[in-house]
Amino acid sequence: MSNPLKYQVRDLYKKLLFLGREYPSGYENFFRPKLKAAFLKNRDLKNYHEIKKAIDLGEYVIKELETLYYLRKYRSLKRSYYN
Amino acid sequence: MSNLKILVGCKRVIDFAVKVRVNSAKKAVETANIKHSLNPFDEIAVEEALRLREKLGNNVIKEVIALTCGPPKAQEQLRTALAMGADRAIHVEVGKDDNDVANILQPLAVAKLFKAIVEKEQPSLVIFGKQAIDDDASQTGQMLAGLLNWPQATFASKVELNGDKLTVTREVDGGLETISSKLPAVVTTDLRLNEPRFATLPNIMKAKKKPLVKFTPDQLSVDITPRLETISVVEPPARQGGSKVGTVDELISKLKEAGAL
Repeated sequence: MSNPLKYQVRDLYKKLLFLGREYPSGYENFFRPKLKAAFLKNRDLKNYHEIKKAIDLGEYVIKELETLYYLRKYRSLKRSYYN
Repeated sequence: MSNLKILVGCKRVIDFAVKVRVNSAKKAVETANIKHSLNPFDEIAVEEALRLREKLGNNVIKEVIALTCGPPKAQEQLRTALAMGADRAIHVEVGKDDNDVANILQPLAVAKLFKAIVEKEQPSLVIFGKQAIDDDASQTGQMLAGLLNWPQATFASKVELNGDKLTVTREVDGGLETISSKLPAVVTTDLRLNEPRFATLPNIMKAKKKPLVKFTPDQLSVDITPRLETISVVEPPARQGGSKVGTVDELISKLKEAGAL
């Protein structure tokens, strides 16, 4: 596999793994296998644009996760200090 | 005014998602092997410093410095602040571990240590979280302002900097209060001031290379002897379970029993 996007894909995987450590449903038993399955599902993509599209989807998931974590923190603080 | 420095207070606290347990001695909470993170209100403080710089430019705000007083492991929290975008960090090392620090370090001592650092670094603005989510003292910022004889703007929900004029909107009971003061000043942040950015993996890696200086209280010649003694720590009472009633009469007798009727 000497695809020019190889490093971008690996980078994305690492970033997502890092974010997954805080995932509420668990990391080892939930997030990691799910993430791996999601990447394996796209293993046969060959077309540059298709891979690019999959990477964009991954970047979007990163933003969603960050927002999820932010909201979780905000809500728990609001519950303990402002109600 | 230009070449301002902003100093941000960062505290290592037990993570907000962890269920806190009282230790067997009933004098403190369990800290061993428990996830710690940067105090969420301090994250808001770091974010505000960074936003001020992004808005006013690097010429106006030269540096954002993260400062913590805590155990060796508090470095993790400084690295988080650096990963968010602070330029360098100062660590005043106190105690061996989290348990130790909870016993030794009290807000007055922290304020004195901050004062020593402020005199060294000469920042124009010190930003704190309004309180830490572990001891909820909400004192350090106010005490530092008192010790330095600086103006203070607590519970900020909006901060504007124009020249050396600082305008802060505060959340008070039943509304908002806007105050203005000159720099230097102390600001403490409220929950709704901003949404802190996430420390991403690449930024955490980069943060490992940013400078971090260590001090001890002795080097700063600050006396951190505790002035307060914790008598006891207890868990909140457990919630009493409800019960189902079969008939209206039963309900009324139960209500009478509870003194509601």
